[in-house]
Amino acid sequence: MSNLLSIVTFMPAIAAVILGVFLRGEDKAAQRNAKWVALIATTLTFLVSLFILAGFDPADTGMQFVEERDWLLGLQYKMGVDGISVLFVLLTTFIMPLTIWSSWEVKTRVKEYMMAFLLLETLMLGVFMALDLVLFYLFFEASLIPMFLIIGIWGGKNRIYASFKFFLYTFLGSVLMLVAMVAMFADAGTTDIPTLMTHEFSSSPVTVLGMTITGGMQTLLFVAFFASFAVKMPMWPVHTWLPDAHVQAPTAGSVILAAILLKMGGYGFLRFSLPMFPVGADVMSTFILAISAIAIVYTSLVALVQEDMKKLIAYSSVAHMGYVTMGIFSANQQGLDGAIFQMLSHGFISGALFLCVGVIYDRMHTREIDAYGGLVNRMPAYAMIFMFFTMANVGLPGTSGFIGEFLTLVGVFQVNTWIALIAASGVILSASYALFLYRRVVMGDLIKESLRSITDMKAREKWIFAPLVAMTLLLGVYPSLVMDIIGPSVGVLVDNHETALAAADRLGDTGATVAASH
Amino acid sequence: MLQADLNVILPEIVLAIYAMLALVGAVYTGKDKLTAPLTWVTAAVFVLLGLWIAGRDVADLAFGGSFHADGFAKFAKVAVLFSAAAVLVMGQDYLARRKVTNFEYPVLVALSVLGMMVMVSAGDLIVLYMGLELMSLALYVVASMRRDSIKSTESGLKYFVLGSLSSGMLLYGASLVYGFSGTTLFSGIIQAAEDGRAPLGLLFGVVFMIAGMSFKVSAVPFHMWTPDVYEGAPTPITAFFATAPKVAAMALFARVTHSAFGGIVADWQQIIALIAVLSMFLGSIAAIGQTNIKRLMAYSSITHMGFALMGLAAGTAFGVQAMLIYMAIYVVMNIGVFAFILTMERDGQPVTDISSLKMYSTAYPGRALALLILMFSLAGVPPLVGFFGKFYVLRAAYDAGLIWLAVLGVVASVIGAFYYLRIVYFMYFGEAEEPLDKPKGAILWGFLMASAAIMLLGVVNLFGIEGMAQAASLALVN
Repeated sequence: MSNLLSIVTFMPAIAAVILGVFLRGEDKAAQRNAKWVALIATTLTFLVSLFILAGFDPADTGMQFVEERDWLLGLQYKMGVDGISVLFVLLTTFIMPLTIWSSWEVKTRVKEYMMAFLLLETLMLGVFMALDLVLFYLFFEASLIPMFLIIGIWGGKNRIYASFKFFLYTFLGSVLMLVAMVAMFADAGTTDIPTLMTHEFSSSPVTVLGMTITGGMQTLLFVAFFASFAVKMPMWPVHTWLPDAHVQAPTAGSVILAAILLKMGGYGFLRFSLPMFPVGADVMSTFILAISAIAIVYTSLVALVQEDMKKLIAYSSVAHMGYVTMGIFSANQQGLDGAIFQMLSHGFISGALFLCVGVIYDRMHTREIDAYGGLVNRMPAYAMIFMFFTMANVGLPGTSGFIGEFLTLVGVFQVNTWIALIAASGVILSASYALFLYRRVVMGDLIKESLRSITDMKAREKWIFAPLVAMTLLLGVYPSLVMDIIGPSVGVLVDNHETALAAADRLGDTGATVAASH
Repeated sequence: MLQADLNVILPEIVLAIYAMLALVGAVYTGKDKLTAPLTWVTAAVFVLLGLWIAGRDVADLAFGGSFHADGFAKFAKVAVLFSAAAVLVMGQDYLARRKVTNFEYPVLVALSVLGMMVMVSAGDLIVLYMGLELMSLALYVVASMRRDSIKSTESGLKYFVLGSLSSGMLLYGASLVYGFSGTTLFSGIIQAAEDGRAPLGLLFGVVFMIAGMSFKVSAVPFHMWTPDVYEGAPTPITAFFATAPKVAAMALFARVTHSAFGGIVADWQQIIALIAVLSMFLGSIAAIGQTNIKRLMAYSSITHMGFALMGLAAGTAFGVQAMLIYMAIYVVMNIGVFAFILTMERDGQPVTDISSLKMYSTAYPGRALALLILMFSLAGVPPLVGFFGKFYVLRAAYDAGLIWLAVLGVVASVIGAFYYLRIVYFMYFGEAEEPLDKPKGAILWGFLMASAAIMLLGVVNLFGIEGMAQAASLALVN
């Protein structure tokens, strides 16, 4: 099948259109039909996407399953996957049916809800497959629309503030990327991503408003892309939209946000920032490593004092994304492998944690940590699952969380020992806030009157967690499953990066000391 | 020779004769009873003329170069005619129910469209002024069409006073240009300003002409009339103001800057770039505080004119192409939005307060979805077509070295996104309120849905408008 990627991408969108056109009414039957259509469509998408994995050849480090069609203005409709992106595609298709299933209890505007999620899936898949700058931007930006609606319509009390903040914050970040894309288009004459990876953007210093910019155009382009991806990741200090969005979003929205949308930023760094602007990345790397380390420590400390469960997990997400950026910009094999692994593993773990919050939120309609305590007495199965993912979040060896943190630390250690030292302290901090949360919610005696009649998880809820537990364990004990697929592509990325730096005479130097050599 | 020249302007002659016949005929027969059929006939005439012009193949120049019938004029005329036809048809029912049944309305619209057709073809300062004034005079009257409404009268008067002032400025500029170049023909002016060394007096004239034309496209700082006129005029007439005259004025802008002053791009580029930035920012920021959807659309159109001028500021063929694409997209979006505004009623009375849209999506999900698409398109969020308009002008500005303009433009578009989102917020997130009346009119529904569908499906290839705009821009800039 030569257009497998397009089929996978647009299957959910077609299901959304079918829902929109053919499903009428708001009664029970219509709601049930909407849920089933969405569940079947996402499950089918997942099954079809397995063909991508089956047909994927890890040894081939180029783009695979490539589709190419001419579009406007010399742009192309070009899709393809390589070792870096293929697993993100699988992560998306894997998580989606679970989130749809987890929203089985949604009562208001079910049809629109399902349509929004289905469209969102198409757009997220498009982001990971697009091989044209503008096509990428199209999917990247368009995903704001359904997420804006999901937070705004089905969100919590303060949803309007959160949805506007989410939209405008990320929109501002990405329009600068749009200008940079226009610049790249003008400079290279093409928007084809594989071609742009081999295109050398000028790195001779330029002067902007009286300041000399080391790394020239590359640094400027890098900064513009960084503005977009750093907000999306999100990196400290532009992470403030995330806790608001997470807290206000419905459970399924939080899951998607944490598990997939955040990964679009990291994927962007891997696809654009590092390979296309090696000099710019090198100029900025010390700075980025530093703010990553700050992010890990600072947001962990902030997480420690949160009173809202979702907010706590949101801050922990920011901290974990700090490991990802750190791994990416250490720009060596271990660091990049670790960053990708960390993103995939965080997709399962944070998604599961938000589902855990959702389970008790559905029962008690509050996310206040103080409202809980002693749940283990009434909900043993829940306590078990929550325990498992808390441990995975801490990075216990044997779970996938450990591998990612360890590898990124190994990667950054080779570049900057001090950063590694600071970041490693985050491991302890993450253990403190995660265990603190767990103790306050689950352990102890059940003294709250309101919790006396709380019920344990239903079969549906348990089954949702089963695949997530399986993946977390599987990747924890056998990481080669992932490493074998991403390894070769990452290797090529690292080689190219080093070649480009050597050509620009920057190997072995850090910071801005070599500006004069040009 | 004369016959060949007359043949070139045959469509204009036909429209002029039609307008006069319609006027005389209606006066001597049914008068206001004929308004409805006359509106439909006029719209049909516009469409037929548009198709005819699109398919016509005539000489580029007529009357010794004072009239251009090139690809650029063709593109602009077709856009003007089609949008005017759409707006006429849309507003007919609304005006009839408000008892605004003057038969002069379609006739005046026909005359103003004739003015637009002449001005986009202008190859001479006199022809330019004739076309511009024919358009403007008809519009002044149309703005105050509801004689019994103070607001409508006020808007007409305001438009007239400020419009005459700007016409005066344009005329003054034109006379300076004539004085320093010795000719009113664009082809002569461009020679006088060749090799980039224009006499100072000529530059003075250019500045005044740009000021006059900025008024017509409602670019900052000549925008003050726009919100008041938009608010005061009956909604179908506001819709007309927002579409056809804007396209024509923008086309005229491109025509003058390139045909007459194409040799001194560097001299006017900075002016237009500055006007563009001011328009984008003022339009975006001022719209945030608006509660009246018509005023909001006025500021929105100021912002959009800023973006279109960004393409023009590039001073290249690609810039003109980007501007044309932007205007075509802008017109389609505005027709859709105004088709929606025309249906906003409570107890049979028109409502323009945006908070009346609260929870519109539960009562009328289809229409709410269409307006949502249009709002995101106006905000320039991909994959909707509005994004491509922005992409083209950004590319044009970047290519011309106006990187600062591109950066400021995208920042303004983020600010502007806020108030479009606010409408979505009212429709989808707000608390329930007494809903608006059930929207009337299958025609309005059709225009709204078609416009939303175009915004959504245009992502495939923009319906081929790229090639047409390119041909048009190459005809103008060479």
